[in-house]
Amino acid sequence: MTNLQSLSFYYPELILIGVILAAIIYDLTIHQSKSGNVGWVLVAGLIAVAGAIYFQEQRVTTLFTDSIVLDPFASFFKLIVILATIFVSIVSLQSGELKDYRKGEYFTLLGIIVFGLFLMVSTVDLIMVYISIEIVSIMSFVLAGYLKQNTRSNEAGLKYVVYGAFSSGIMLFGLSYIYGLTGSTNYFLIQQAIATMDASANTALFMAMIMVLAGFGYKISSVPFHFWTPDVYEGAPTTITAYLSIAPKAGAFAMMIRFFNQVLADGGAMGGLDASSVASLPWANIMSLLAVITMTLGNVVALQQNNIKRMLAYSSIAHAGYMLLAMPVMSGDSIYAIMIYLVMYLFMNLGAFFVVITVKNKTGGETFDDYKGLGWEMPLIGVVMTIFMVSLTGLPPSAGFVGKFYIFASLIKGGNQFYWLVVVGGINSVISLYYYFRVVKVMFLEGERKDTILQPPTVMACMLLATAIPTVILGIYWTPVADWIQNSLTFFIQTL
Amino acid sequence: MENILNWIIWFPIIGMVAIAFIPRDKENVIKITAAVATGLQFLLTLVLWQNYDAGNGSMQFMVRAEWIPSFNISYILGVDGLSLPMAILTALLCFIGVFVSWNIDKAVKGYFALFLLLDTGIMGVFLSMDFFLFYIFWEVMLLPMYFLIGIWGGPQREYAAIKFFLYTLFGSVLMLVGILGLYFTCGKTFDILELMRVAPEALNGVMWWGMSAIKVIWILLFIGFAIKVPVFPFHTWLPLAHVEAPTAISVLLAGILLKLGVYGILRINYGLMPDGVYWFSGALAALGLINVIWGGLCALAQTDLKKLVAYSSVNHMGYSLIGMAAIVAAGEANGMNLKAAQAGLGGAVFQMFNHGTISAMLFILVGVIYDRAHHRDIEGFGGLAAQMPIYTGITALAFFAGLGLPGFSGFISEAMCFIGAFPVYRGIVIASTIGILLNAAYFLWAFQRIFFGELNEKYTDLPEINRLELFTVVPLLVITLFFGIYPAPYLDIIASTMDEIIHHVVSLATFAGM
Repeated sequence: MTNLQSLSFYYPELILIGVILAAIIYDLTIHQSKSGNVGWVLVAGLIAVAGAIYFQEQRVTTLFTDSIVLDPFASFFKLIVILATIFVSIVSLQSGELKDYRKGEYFTLLGIIVFGLFLMVSTVDLIMVYISIEIVSIMSFVLAGYLKQNTRSNEAGLKYVVYGAFSSGIMLFGLSYIYGLTGSTNYFLIQQAIATMDASANTALFMAMIMVLAGFGYKISSVPFHFWTPDVYEGAPTTITAYLSIAPKAGAFAMMIRFFNQVLADGGAMGGLDASSVASLPWANIMSLLAVITMTLGNVVALQQNNIKRMLAYSSIAHAGYMLLAMPVMSGDSIYAIMIYLVMYLFMNLGAFFVVITVKNKTGGETFDDYKGLGWEMPLIGVVMTIFMVSLTGLPPSAGFVGKFYIFASLIKGGNQFYWLVVVGGINSVISLYYYFRVVKVMFLEGERKDTILQPPTVMACMLLATAIPTVILGIYWTPVADWIQNSLTFFIQTL
Repeated sequence: MENILNWIIWFPIIGMVAIAFIPRDKENVIKITAAVATGLQFLLTLVLWQNYDAGNGSMQFMVRAEWIPSFNISYILGVDGLSLPMAILTALLCFIGVFVSWNIDKAVKGYFALFLLLDTGIMGVFLSMDFFLFYIFWEVMLLPMYFLIGIWGGPQREYAAIKFFLYTLFGSVLMLVGILGLYFTCGKTFDILELMRVAPEALNGVMWWGMSAIKVIWILLFIGFAIKVPVFPFHTWLPLAHVEAPTAISVLLAGILLKLGVYGILRINYGLMPDGVYWFSGALAALGLINVIWGGLCALAQTDLKKLVAYSSVNHMGYSLIGMAAIVAAGEANGMNLKAAQAGLGGAVFQMFNHGTISAMLFILVGVIYDRAHHRDIEGFGGLAAQMPIYTGITALAFFAGLGLPGFSGFISEAMCFIGAFPVYRGIVIASTIGILLNAAYFLWAFQRIFFGELNEKYTDLPEINRLELFTVVPLLVITLFFGIYPAPYLDIIASTMDEIIHHVVSLATFAGM
């Protein structure tokens, strides 16, 4: 479809651009003390965008001369991103860390990240892959370092820049190899070229794919590209940490699924990466190994943390590993599993970070000591945090269990070469129990019953319940989500 | 009547919600609410028993509803001769447990809310006939248990709670892998009855990494259940958890939670993998022997009375395992000795119930003395018989029941286990009689040290067991004595279901593809 024709299918993004511009202009007209209002502009705008996506005609087509696609798969991820952004925006207005800063730019930058993520989830062109990753990354660098007066935050921003520049450089190098080997930047044409490629080019292709993987791995913070994660997560404003643990990850997974499924899997149609993969590269093994190392490292290192925010950073590495588990299978079921996992992960992980924000507003600390006896003092916080920890561990009946259940099920269905992954994943869940329940332990098992009970501020309490209730409900009845994902699992697949 | 199982499972949850709305200072109202919820649940199980058709060994009172159709997960409940006595036992012990915990003074509201949640979890496992639902209930138990041990337990409670949690979660993760393996090899269903029909054939000849799928799944599920039983070497969480838990929770742990493991093996492993039963029964009997001897020896070495009772559980569950293994007697290779299989399996199931009542009684009695003396050191008492005659008498009876004296129900079930296993596993049965000796030794020795000899000066004003405590112990003692003298009512309930299980295992085992 030509550029001009494409615009009529692109109106959700156009609305989003309008919202971003409106936010910038509005911010210029108001005093710093009211700069939080920009957040509400963003929230209202995002709800409009979500409506536009939801009511958009369901069709599958490429836009802008085959550089991005419009399909239900992309729409699913766009809605996930919007949901996460709305949650984070509302909580940002309550955050004590951001109280002394002007928040106009903060929300504008969040809006631009959303736009970058929209591109990420729908791109089918190498150039667009790079541009969308950069849009998201550069905005994230700024947001990670948003607390100007806080050295940890500055450090976080700088570290993020260094690692980001490095890995996107490697990725760009890999992309140039792919272009050199296939003569195209378009996924469909690359797939065709690889299918007919001479076997002597396999080594070069392999190198190129590994380098591309570095870019993806950086965004989802998988080992060995995870080194930035703990420091950035710890130093950045907690709202941004929460956001980074969800939205860019969802976007990167969408992009990764599309890339590997379209470029490497034979015939494109979720054929599986294993035996039928193009050029007989051992992708399934590489992915399995990556997943296993990622979750094991995340879990084992998380065991030793004393700062809850940092513990959650390692836990998010582990969760990236759980999701990666389903990648080697690369069947319709495994993509489905990753998608359902992301929905569940959204609620439980955001919720856990919201608790960290609430507690920090109150006690000013983030270590385990600051949580001592919290369950007796603030029962609401204690109960919802327990729910999130149960869910992150993956115990039923909670959303986290459903996510893991689908991941494991897709692996078992994938064939018995994947069974060991399920066992490793399961044992990792047991390991993770120990550190997640350390939080529960200090909250409830230590400390005594208090005579007065404290409640968090109303807005914060609402946000905590808005994440905790779905975490429980989706663990018991998830048919609506399952159906939604089933309907979204339509790729734009170019048949040869 | 169609929904009676629903009511039995969910009644405690209604109580829990009610408790959530009671102000936390009204402690007596909370306790009474918990008592009413568990009491009504107990009455419902009695109604269920009255309406249960003992002549029909298959599932009764079934409830079916769709739950997650896209994954073929359903909500299926049912009860048969295997689960009915367990459901009654659960309801009874939970009801008694409320009164045992009457003196709890720390965060009463939270305690009883979690207690009722635990009740629902246990009851759900016994009554659910969908494997997914079974798993959910199985896991739902863990969280309340963690808190109940961790908040209201003894000095080492935090360690005990997390150790219990880690052990059981490890087992249940392996179980989940097994469940998923079954789901995909047996026509994508979680319906246990359907799986019982399909699985023996569908698993036949399936090989995973050069091992038969039957063996792999059997082992995965067995470890999950064995940790709960607990089977040696997975038993190390048990003494710790039992000792640290508050009395009522020890009662539930020993009385019911351990039975879940045996129940799971009988329901799932036996039902779904008859070939595996033949493959594993020898090992099962051997593990039973190890449990009997090891548990007995450990109990003998304890100085903490509660730990002694905890290890006696390891010892007693061993008899159950030996009895279960006897099912192979009915197979062709062993001369189709149906009577032996019936005795063994019936004995194993009867032993589950008897150990439930006896160990509950023992833990309550330990709790009684601990509340008064604030320690449980066996050596630290002496001569209590003169000071607390009624308590001494009841404890004597409970210890006699525990050591399997004829006239108490434990004797009958242990004898049945041995009689059943004798034709097949002669050596193991003979060896495990040493366990009975140990069993008698540790109980009698402990009794002697606590109640006979010089009265310890410190305890000259120790009050006698009170009415509330008597109310919790005496019913259990009556049940134990009644079934010891006249076990027929119990055996009648389970007989036809046991026959069905034996028939199922024997007729569907093919010995092919192992």
